[in-house]
Amino acid sequence: MIEVENLTKSYGPRPAVDRLSFQVNSGEVVGFLGPNGAGKSTTMNILCCILPATSGTVKVHGFDVFENPLEVRKRIGYLPENPPLYPDMVVGDFLKFAARLRQVPSSKIKSSVDNVVEKCMLGDVKGRLIGRLSKGYQQRVGLAQAMVHDPAILVLDEPTIGLDPIQIIEIRKLIRDLGREHTILLSSHILPEVTQICQRVVIIHEGRIAAMDTLEGLTASLKKTQRLDLALRQGGDDVRSGLAELDCVISAAETSSGKFTLECHPGSHPQDEVARLVLDRGWGLDELRPVSLSLEDIFLQLTTEEKEVTA
Amino acid sequence: MKNALVIARRELGSYFASPLFYVIATVFLGIQSFMSYNILSFFSYQSFQEAQIQQMGLTLNVNEMVIEPSLINMGVILLLMSPLITMRSFSEEMRQKTFPLLLASPVHLWEIVAGKFIACLGVLSVLVLASSYFVGFILAVGSPEIGPILTGYLGVLLMTGCYVAIGVFASSLTDNQLVAAVITFGFVFLMWIIGWAAQSAGETAGEILDYLSLVNHLQNFTQGMIDTSDLTYYLSFIAFFLFLTYRVLESRRWR
Ligand SMILES: Nc1ncnc2c1ncn2[C@@H]1O[C@H](COP(=O)(O)OP(=O)(O)OP(=O)(O)O)[C@@H](O)[C@H]1O
Ligand SMILES: [Mg+2]
Repeated sequence: MIEVENLTKSYGPRPAVDRLSFQVNSGEVVGFLGPNGAGKSTTMNILCCILPATSGTVKVHGFDVFENPLEVRKRIGYLPENPPLYPDMVVGDFLKFAARLRQVPSSKIKSSVDNVVEKCMLGDVKGRLIGRLSKGYQQRVGLAQAMVHDPAILVLDEPTIGLDPIQIIEIRKLIRDLGREHTILLSSHILPEVTQICQRVVIIHEGRIAAMDTLEGLTASLKKTQRLDLALRQGGDDVRSGLAELDCVISAAETSSGKFTLECHPGSHPQDEVARLVLDRGWGLDELRPVSLSLEDIFLQLTTEEKEVTA
Repeated sequence: MKNALVIARRELGSYFASPLFYVIATVFLGIQSFMSYNILSFFSYQSFQEAQIQQMGLTLNVNEMVIEPSLINMGVILLLMSPLITMRSFSEEMRQKTFPLLLASPVHLWEIVAGKFIACLGVLSVLVLASSYFVGFILAVGSPEIGPILTGYLGVLLMTGCYVAIGVFASSLTDNQLVAAVITFGFVFLMWIIGWAAQSAGETAGEILDYLSLVNHLQNFTQGMIDTSDLTYYLSFIAFFLFLTYRVLESRRWR
């Protein structure tokens, strides 16, 4: 449904999204999790053909976002981080406008608007000015405009941000219901939210994928390993097997000549043992560092933020 | 094109719901009526002295002496008003963060630009149309030639189209409406008076400056002539600035 491959986006010299690859399959509800500034909104904007990518490809339903943006946009409903609402419009008129813009045939406009009004529980406010609605209702109008043309895919950027806990519960329930009929990619920086709504999570940090798995798989793999990046002046298979024989090392892989990635048992300070071995054998230690943020650290960061919201 | 009209329609709805439109309409019609009234009363004063004037070998012509100057005056008032109408077109979308709604919809960027242009020109056309009650009045009491009136209005609308094209362009540059309005006013005004430099410039440069001047191309229209060179000038002026708008919006996405 959505295929992202080696997606890179730079604002200026520093990439905001760095060689991102992931997929969303038909019918899935996937959570896109990451702390502030991780690159979630940037990725979603590229997916919805609002921003061009610096490099890499994104395909939606087999259509490339760069070559066939109109086909992609027809199939996606997007709720950006700031819901795009005209404050001087009445809710019903706004939704009609959104439907026309998405080329819903004029005979179906009324029924599709009525349909989303019902789904998003907007019946009471249909005749009111958007600018006068509470934030929660505005968020629902935002959601309604994203799905008014009944798109196969919904891309929702932090749909619960700025809502009070009761509204958060309602919106989450709504999204869960929508997940039965739509493929959904939803971003959040709240772990519990994702665990409630999504079947699968893509965690990104500083523009890169930190982890990607089902929730169960993620929690299981989390506790097992700690990763080290190692650069030596000598490479080869005997070096690799030497490293792998260490007690603290679970597996060692040579990514390029002299560069190794080690999966280690956590909590055993594997750096000490690895360094000792390298020096003993005279392999020439250039670099040894734990991979900047382990999943655990990221999870910690994610879970400590707004931990109180667990509803 | 259908999408452009969908966008223009929403845009028009929001203009006609905003107090700004009614303020502008009142001021516009007030000034326009005042000026036309003055021109007309001067004309009737002269009519009383028609005998003397005819002795001097002149004839009185309503088209030339009332309608033509009124239309030129209207061009000036529109120059003052149109930046206020065009300033919000893209600036407000950017400030309100509603632009992604249009960008994420299956709509070409040029359709968005066209929609904004049509909406602004539509609003200003409503003003122009409302002011034409004055022509109706002259038609009722006198017998002006209809041809030059129609071409004159066409000329004014084309010139307004140029104002709007510049205004929409300026609005795509910034999310600050006031900045957009000032840029529009400055630039349109410059394009009006650019012909003034023609006298002191060299011969070819002078001709070019004369050709560039917005108002120089209005004269033929108000005198009942549709010259292809004038038509080409106005249409390519509009197309050029809409194209620039398109390019600016496209390049803003790359940043
Ligand atoms: N228009 C822009 N110009 C320059 N840098 C930008 C721009 N938009 C985003 N960035 C940078 O790109 C990085 C990723 O931003 P992005 O908005 O995608 O993060 P996010 O994951 O959505 O964060 P948040 O949780 O705060 O919404 C950030 O470092 C941000 O500063
Ligand atoms: Mg974001």
